[in-house]
Amino acid sequence: MKFLRRFLNRIFSSVKTRSRDERLREEIEEHLALQTAENVRCGLSPVEARRQAILKFGAVEAIKEDYRARRGLPVIEHLSQDVRFSLRVLRKSPGFALTAVLTLAMAIGANAIVFGVLDALILHPLNLPQEEDLYAIQRGGDHNPSESYPDYLDLRDRNRSFDDLAAYTVNQVGLEAGENSSRAWVYEVSGNYFDALGLQPYLGRFFHSSDEHGPNSAPYVVLPYAYWHSHFQDDPGVVGRVVQVNKHPFTILGVAPPQFHGTIVFLTPDLFVPLVNQEHVEGWNGLNTRGKRWLHLAMGHLKAGVTPAQAITDLNSIGAYLEKSYPKDDSQMTFSLARPGLYGDQLGRPVRAFLAALMLLAGLILLAACANLGSLFAARAADRSREVALRLALGSSRSRVLRQVFTEAVLISLIGGAVGLWGSVVLLHGLSAWRPSAQYPVHVPVNPGANVYALALLLALASGFLFGAVPVRQILRTDPYEIVKWGSTGRIGQRITVRDLLLAIQIAICAVLVTSSLVAVRGMLRSLHSDFGFEPQNAMLADTDLGMAGYSSDRIPAMQKRIIDALQAIPGVESVGLIDWSPLSGGAKGSMIFTDQTTDFRPANALAVAVMFKISPEYFRAAGTTLESGRSFTWHDDQDAPPVGVINQEFARKIFGSVNNAVGRYYKTRDGTRIQVVGVVQDGKYENLTEDAEPAVFVPILQSPSRQNYLVVRSSRDPRQLATAMRSALRDLDAGLPFFIQTWSQQLHGVALFPSRLATLSLGVLGVMGAMLALTGIFGMAAHSVSKRLKELGIRVALGAQRKEVLQAALGRAFKLLAFGSAGGLVLGILASRVLASIVYHATPRDPLVLSGVVLAMALLGLLATWIPARRALKVDPLILLRAE
Amino acid sequence: MKQKTDVLQGTLALMVLKTLDVLGPLHGYGIARRIEQISGDLLAVNQGTLYPVLLRLEQEGAIESEWGASENNRRARFYRLTRQGHKQLQVETEDWHQTAAIIGRFFAAKAEDLP
Repeated sequence: MKFLRRFLNRIFSSVKTRSRDERLREEIEEHLALQTAENVRCGLSPVEARRQAILKFGAVEAIKEDYRARRGLPVIEHLSQDVRFSLRVLRKSPGFALTAVLTLAMAIGANAIVFGVLDALILHPLNLPQEEDLYAIQRGGDHNPSESYPDYLDLRDRNRSFDDLAAYTVNQVGLEAGENSSRAWVYEVSGNYFDALGLQPYLGRFFHSSDEHGPNSAPYVVLPYAYWHSHFQDDPGVVGRVVQVNKHPFTILGVAPPQFHGTIVFLTPDLFVPLVNQEHVEGWNGLNTRGKRWLHLAMGHLKAGVTPAQAITDLNSIGAYLEKSYPKDDSQMTFSLARPGLYGDQLGRPVRAFLAALMLLAGLILLAACANLGSLFAARAADRSREVALRLALGSSRSRVLRQVFTEAVLISLIGGAVGLWGSVVLLHGLSAWRPSAQYPVHVPVNPGANVYALALLLALASGFLFGAVPVRQILRTDPYEIVKWGSTGRIGQRITVRDLLLAIQIAICAVLVTSSLVAVRGMLRSLHSDFGFEPQNAMLADTDLGMAGYSSDRIPAMQKRIIDALQAIPGVESVGLIDWSPLSGGAKGSMIFTDQTTDFRPANALAVAVMFKISPEYFRAAGTTLESGRSFTWHDDQDAPPVGVINQEFARKIFGSVNNAVGRYYKTRDGTRIQVVGVVQDGKYENLTEDAEPAVFVPILQSPSRQNYLVVRSSRDPRQLATAMRSALRDLDAGLPFFIQTWSQQLHGVALFPSRLATLSLGVLGVMGAMLALTGIFGMAAHSVSKRLKELGIRVALGAQRKEVLQAALGRAFKLLAFGSAGGLVLGILASRVLASIVYHATPRDPLVLSGVVLAMALLGLLATWIPARRALKVDPLILLRAE
Repeated sequence: MKQKTDVLQGTLALMVLKTLDVLGPLHGYGIARRIEQISGDLLAVNQGTLYPVLLRLEQEGAIESEWGASENNRRARFYRLTRQGHKQLQVETEDWHQTAAIIGRFFAAKAEDLP
């Protein structure tokens, strides 16, 4: 107790040193005065009385020391002395301090940002209770998480490993609440969804398994908090209100808690409805078809004590049973488990790989920054060797000197870390609010929390000690006698120093970053102009779903024809085509292809799975897809005509062996329909940009109706005017039909190009940071070497050296390091870019433009960084200089 | 030499506490004088050493201090025993008596007293 109180007191008095010193001085003064008075009373002369008093008191300074040592905590006192001293030193060289702080702020900020995203997407993606044992089920070798509804029910009811198994799928609906009708993104979820995830409603109630009584039995809606907040103004009266979902009445039951954003990270829904009402939402009933795998994902919490391996064994035994019972529909029923937040491994694996790579690059940035600051510190230590020598000579211990150096380093890194953290928090909030696609509710929900702050602090401290440690050896070797005698200019221009090595490493790292960012940017630019199998320039997309406006399937074809005609009538429109899902929009469906001779249509007998599109006759013309041979469809290819299809070249090669003899041949679909090939079109990209050539088939919309349409309007008119014209044309047809109009390029940017855009953006930022680090690093080194050698340069000039020779002497070393570092970094960067090729389409480092770009960039950086030091070296006036020393 | 001061520190603290207990609030010089008077010239110690001891006692909470006016009407720091100080004095007095008694018995004991 006593000890604790004393300790606290000492900490406290460390703070108010000055007043305590003053108090002791005053007390001693008074003591001596009283003693002197006493001595005078005893008959001594005043002078002698004072002397005796002082003698009696003892050694004043020793007592003061003793008093001080007991009063505060020496460690804290020294620390505060060091901090004050460091601040003074830094204030004296603001350029150095600013450079150091900014460098670290950038490096630590970059790390905090990448870690923040990593934390949000991979470590804590869904904000759910007990997220660690929540698993999604994936099927087959390609880890596909989709399931059919009957299969899901079997998995849910037969497994013994999960507490409960919930499923969901994502769709768009027309939502009418009150006066306005809008398109909304809906999660169709199993009745047990909220219960299985362990959620409690924020308002009202959730629906449960007990609410499901067969198809369309549960017309209920649960609103996510954000949608309730933005569209219903936090009105608690919404519970019980009836809204129209695709013109069907649904009752709002409740509101989900604020931290819940659905179970796929990027896609925040606008409402939740029960899966059993799928027919109302999607216009067809898939509850009983085992062969249609339209559920996005099934997931659940593992039972306590069940390991993932046990759960997989359990699921596989159910899979074997399903394969045996339903050979027509189920094959490849082996299972694996994955995290649900990023749509299983399909999205999860590339995202994880990319973020890991980014984290690595960010780490490299920090390392480069530390190398940068390390060499700056070493340079400063060399400059200050006289000061250090003086301190050592005056009796300071080397550890005390080192402590001061570390204090300075950590101080800089903490300030830099704080600035960097502030910047990263601002940027992360910006990223959180960013909506990359106008059409999809895609966003990256990152909210920097304690994790990010802790990481930033840790990195700041670690880097402070790292670059603070660079000059340690230098200080330990300092010989005060030598330096005080000779000055510190003795050793210059000799062998390779640690500083040179650090700078070369740093330049290499920066060259890696510059290379990879250039590779990414170049790949991105190329992919914008690559061959998609259609021509996105000069085309508008109008995306609409007739089901949302309540069109029944018999009215859909007529309406589609009217829409096409209305759009065709707009002046300046060359052609209008309709397709159920535009390529690369993420909605393409697969269709199993069988030979004409097949009679047993089990999945294992399929020749291929082709991407299937339903199109109107004019589609190829409107989309700019080249017809290689045969014909396109006409409006006579309807229900009464024989079924026909147009295939792509890959399909022709794969099924019929060659493109030339494909026209006129037949293939069969799953339900045994015989389809005649009437034309062949060029290959294209259908699901993502990095895919290899995939077989694809186009069928006429009149033979396979679809309520979902993308209307492709080809016109060279100004997109904005055209969009207005299209909007009014569509409104004249049906004001209650929700649609979304954008240019085809915009749509591609939002969806298909989104990953490479994001990758390019982040790599571009890292590349710029790398370049700036290289700049400051070279600048620091060049400026230092010039300032150290001013005297020498002055002598050279005095002896008649030319400008070229002066520059050579002053900056030759910096350029040599730059060249070596860049070369090393370029090689490493090319190696690293192989990873990039998997994310950024068309990313290849073996591109003369990229290579020369890197060389040019590094040379420019070198020039820029040495500009000021070079001018200083050239302006050397030997007279002034020699006089000054 | 060093050992002697170490012993002294402990006893000095006890002397300070006792002095404040008997005489009430007192400034540093007063305490030093009092200790000097009582111990006579036997305790030859620099008066200055008193101040670190006073600081420690104050940090421990045994005494507290405030500014007041000294006899010659100058500002002086007056020390006063706290309640905790009273308690501490009691405990330490007992301890001292006990220690003194034990040491006394040791010195009184002769070889033939041992069993």
